[in-house]
Amino acid sequence: MGARERLDAFLDTDPRDVGCDRAVELLHVYAELVAGDPGAAEEQYAGVAVHLAACGPCHEDLVGLLAAMAAED
Amino acid sequence: MGLVADPDEETVAWLRVLDREAADHDDGLARLHERLLRIARAELHRRRTPIAGPELDDLAHQAAADAILAILAKLDTFRGESRFTTWAYRFVILEVSSKLGRHHWRTPTATWDEDRWETLPDRLGVDPHEQAEARRLVEVVRDAVDGTLTDHQRAVFVEVVLHGVPLDAICARDGTTRSAVYKTVFDARRKIRAALVANGYLTDAGREG
Repeated sequence: MGARERLDAFLDTDPRDVGCDRAVELLHVYAELVAGDPGAAEEQYAGVAVHLAACGPCHEDLVGLLAAMAAED
Repeated sequence: MGLVADPDEETVAWLRVLDREAADHDDGLARLHERLLRIARAELHRRRTPIAGPELDDLAHQAAADAILAILAKLDTFRGESRFTTWAYRFVILEVSSKLGRHHWRTPTATWDEDRWETLPDRLGVDPHEQAEARRLVEVVRDAVDGTLTDHQRAVFVEVVLHGVPLDAICARDGTTRSAVYKTVFDARRKIRAALVANGYLTDAGREG
């Protein structure tokens, strides 16, 4: 990927992005869906999936929650 | 507490024991705390924070204790959309994020006497061999930032994108929310892109909004 393409990808914003508040509010529901069927999670909560792909901190929280579920349950 | 689905057996057991009237309430709280502390420690290690030793363990204890308080305060809002444990673990993960954001400012940082625009190509993963294009990229983005963003958007964009300051650290310092900081950067990205499309550096083919 060239410099312009990388910049374009970084600047690209998706209007479906639900933002951090909504993503965090649904994180436990989304995490259980992801653990069972990632495709279904993205389909059912497209705006959350878009946000988690764009927001590093929220994505990190999802990864941490999945790790906790795998370790403890 | 209205549940949207029949809870699993473990969820029923946790909800029973977390009832303040339960005879084994204190034992239940202790078990939950022990589990949250274990998760906080694991999460802090997973995030590869430079914090170590007693300070790291102290952060884990703080995260677990604050998560317990948040869980008890919000127990009435649990609707059974997930298992209770998944819902509860979310609180301690969020507390870890928050604690790390606050801790960011305890580490001495260099004085920012410039915006560090030269770091932008690296942060975007631009191939070092594309030096000429990288210089042009910095120039057009800088012009767009100076020409289209508000002072607040510019300041946050520079901190997050050029200096790599975590969103949660800005939240902790400014007393704002992650959502508000994210929205500021989101709007900045959208405005910069629109400016770069307008000046022909980027194209808008096949895009909406």
